[in-house]
Amino acid sequence: MIGGGQILDQVAQAGVEFIVSVPDITTSAGLLWPIVTDKRFRLIRVCKEDEGVSICGALSYCDKRALLLIQYTGLLDSINAIRAAGCDYRLPVCMMVGLLEKEPGVPPTKSARFGVRIVEPILDAMGIPHDLFELDSDAERIAPAIDRTYRESWPMGLLIGRRI
Amino acid sequence: MMRRDLAFRILARHVGDAIVVPVYQAAQEWRAIQPDHALTYYSIGAMGQASSAALGLAIGRPDKRIIVLDGDGSLLMNLGTLVTIASQAPKNLVHFLCENGMYEANGAHPIPGRGAVSFAGLARAAGYPKVHEFNELDVFESRITSLLREDGPIFATLKLVPGDPPPQDYDFIHGKAAREVFRAALKR
Repeated sequence: MIGGGQILDQVAQAGVEFIVSVPDITTSAGLLWPIVTDKRFRLIRVCKEDEGVSICGALSYCDKRALLLIQYTGLLDSINAIRAAGCDYRLPVCMMVGLLEKEPGVPPTKSARFGVRIVEPILDAMGIPHDLFELDSDAERIAPAIDRTYRESWPMGLLIGRRI
Repeated sequence: MMRRDLAFRILARHVGDAIVVPVYQAAQEWRAIQPDHALTYYSIGAMGQASSAALGLAIGRPDKRIIVLDGDGSLLMNLGTLVTIASQAPKNLVHFLCENGMYEANGAHPIPGRGAVSFAGLARAAGYPKVHEFNELDVFESRITSLLREDGPIFATLKLVPGDPPPQDYDFIHGKAAREVFRAALKR
C-alpha cells in the first residue's frame, strides 16, 4: 500500500514548492496533515478547488511548481477552470485527486460509486493524462508525472485510489 | 458613479511596472487604454477566477505589485476568494472591484443583489485589512497614489458606469500571443 511519506518525497523530488488544497479525507492523515509541518512545502488552503487551479496555473508563470491536492468532487466542480487555465491556455496544473470511497484494488471505472466511475472518462474526454496510485510500487511514478506536467505545460491527474 | 474608461485612464498613469489582471469588459477597456502594458494577465474564460490567478502571481512574484480589475458578476462566482486572499494576506495585491451592477458582456442583465449587496462589506467581513469605495473620479484620483503604495491586501470598489463601448479584441485576449507577451515581460 502506498504511503504518504513516499508520495511527499516524490513531490519534493519533482521540485514542488507549493501545495494548494481543500481537505479530502482520502489524503488527510497521510498527506495533508504531514504537509502542514513539512518544511519542504508551503501550504495554501483555499475555499474551493477551482481557486487552486488558477493559483497553480499562475504560479507556473513565476517558474514555481505547485500541486493541487483535492478530492474528486472538487475536480468535478472545477472542470471549467481546468478547461480554461489548463487546456485552453495550456498551463501546467498538477492535480492529486483522492478518489473518496473507491474500493481498494478496483479500477475507478469499475467502482460502485458513480462519482468515482466518471473521473477517468472525463479526464480522457479533456485529453488530460492520469495515473492511479495505490500500491507501494506506484510511488516512483509520481515525480516523473509532475515533471511531465511542467515539461508539456498541460494538466495532469494523479489519482489516489485508497485512503492513506 | 465614475465612467470606467476615465477611471482606468487615471489608474493607467499610476500602475508603473505592476502586473494588471483584468476581466471581461474591464479587460477590453484596459487593452484599449493600455495596449502596450505587457504585464497584463488577461483573465478570461473561467469567470470569477481573476483574483485567484492574481493571488498565485502575488505569491510567486512578491517583488511585483499585482492589480486585479475584477467584475462584480465575476466576484459573485468566486466569493471564497475573498477569504482565501485575506487569509494569505499578500502585501502586494490590490483588488479593484469594478461594480457596474450587471453582466455587461452577457446582455447587460442585472447581477443578483444589484444595488443591495456591499462588496466592500463582503471584503471587510472576509478579513481584508484595507477596504475602500470610490464613486467620484476626483476622489479616486486624489487617493490612487497613496493607495497603490500601501501594504495589501487592499480591496477597493469602483462604482462605475460604462463609457463608450471599447473595441472587443477577444482574438488577442484569448490568443496565445497575449500569454506569450505576458510571460516574456515577467521574465525581464
